[in-house]
Amino acid sequence: MAKKMHINLTVNGEAQEFLAEPRELLIHTLRERLGITGPHIGCETSHCGACTVDLNGKSVKACTVFVAQANGAEITTIEGLGSPDALHVLQRSFREHHGLQCGYCTPGMITRAHRLLQENPSPTEEEVRFGIAGNLCRCTGYQNIVKAILAAASELNAKEAAE
Amino acid sequence: MIPSAFEYHRPGDLSSAIGLLTEYGDEARVIAGGHSLIPMMKLRMADIGHLVDLQDVAELRGISVTAGSISIGAMVTQYDMLSHDGLAGDAPILREAALQIADPQVRYVGTVGGNVANGDPGNDMPGLMQCLDATFTVAGPDGSRDIAAREFYHSAYMTERADDEILTKITFATPSGGYAYEKQKRKIGDYATAAAAVLITKADGKVATASVAMTNLKDTPVWSAKAGAALIGSDCGKDSVAAAVAAMLNDIDPGADNRGPVEFKRHVAGVILARAIQRAWSRA
Repeated sequence: MAKKMHINLTVNGEAQEFLAEPRELLIHTLRERLGITGPHIGCETSHCGACTVDLNGKSVKACTVFVAQANGAEITTIEGLGSPDALHVLQRSFREHHGLQCGYCTPGMITRAHRLLQENPSPTEEEVRFGIAGNLCRCTGYQNIVKAILAAASELNAKEAAE
Repeated sequence: MIPSAFEYHRPGDLSSAIGLLTEYGDEARVIAGGHSLIPMMKLRMADIGHLVDLQDVAELRGISVTAGSISIGAMVTQYDMLSHDGLAGDAPILREAALQIADPQVRYVGTVGGNVANGDPGNDMPGLMQCLDATFTVAGPDGSRDIAAREFYHSAYMTERADDEILTKITFATPSGGYAYEKQKRKIGDYATAAAAVLITKADGKVATASVAMTNLKDTPVWSAKAGAALIGSDCGKDSVAAAVAAMLNDIDPGADNRGPVEFKRHVAGVILARAIQRAWSRA
């Protein structure tokens, strides 16, 4: 067994420090070590996007990142965006527009959509579809997911204009 | 899917990275974005003793756009290229190709260096670099050397780069005229069934220069000099496009796989190249 490494991460604003083998995948660190189970394991082969998290301001698939590579990084998961009592605008919008059925892809989908709207606050429908192309959903046919993201973008922009 | 154990290294500069490759020899492998290597490690098709992560090697970053020449560091990601204003203006074919690689998450971490150096025939940048007549710079224990992109690929995953060398940058003359990167794929994130990179310049209503390269239609990227030659001096009409396609079909050698049988791939290659030529000509 390879020797363990000292790892430092900031996850959802909280500092985490532990020893881990470098080969540990970030998705396992989050789910099994830290109990952050929002990011899901779907395909485990970097196709489906269910494990998407925000790593240093970029959407990445946590099944294809070693914890060693993430050492020192700031990570945001769906748990860092909203809570059951205070849903993020995107979470509320997905609920209102029925942007999910089984819900398995939803944390990755919303985490990705969050980053997309950070980079492009007023996307067109085509830009939304292109921007979430790394996240697969087998239930909805995407229509309501796209609607939910566009509605959330409008709401966030209206809120910003009012402030 | 857990890979076998390895030791992790994150060198802070290029000479330390080369030092690690020299020290650990066959057991060491560099990692950039990792989206080709990590899946192979998880499947245990790659067993690596020492993983050398290049993320902190500043010498491998940066895009330089000067009059007449463009240089891109090996660790520049597809996302970095897509967000670079100078590159979008001076080499729009790079943007057109990068947008067709994988998906947003992969483009954030996938690097141009990894894409060209891995030697996977499915990667898009090697074909594009044939078209651009790019030069790859590699650095090793004995210093650095330049290799023409058109000389770099020997066969699938076998390249001119030695095991103790690291690709540091890619340089090419600023392209002029019309351009197109056309790719047929089954779904987002897939490799090409067939893809074509085309650059065309125009003078007096005729094709002055043309460069044609194809992706995933042989065990190496294909630069088809004869396809380009078939276009030069023509008005890029139907007959000259057909001649270029015929010349290209002589240079490719696709294999059957889950993207289709050989006949289908040859058919798609012809359709894709014709589209790419027409789009490049319309922009010339």
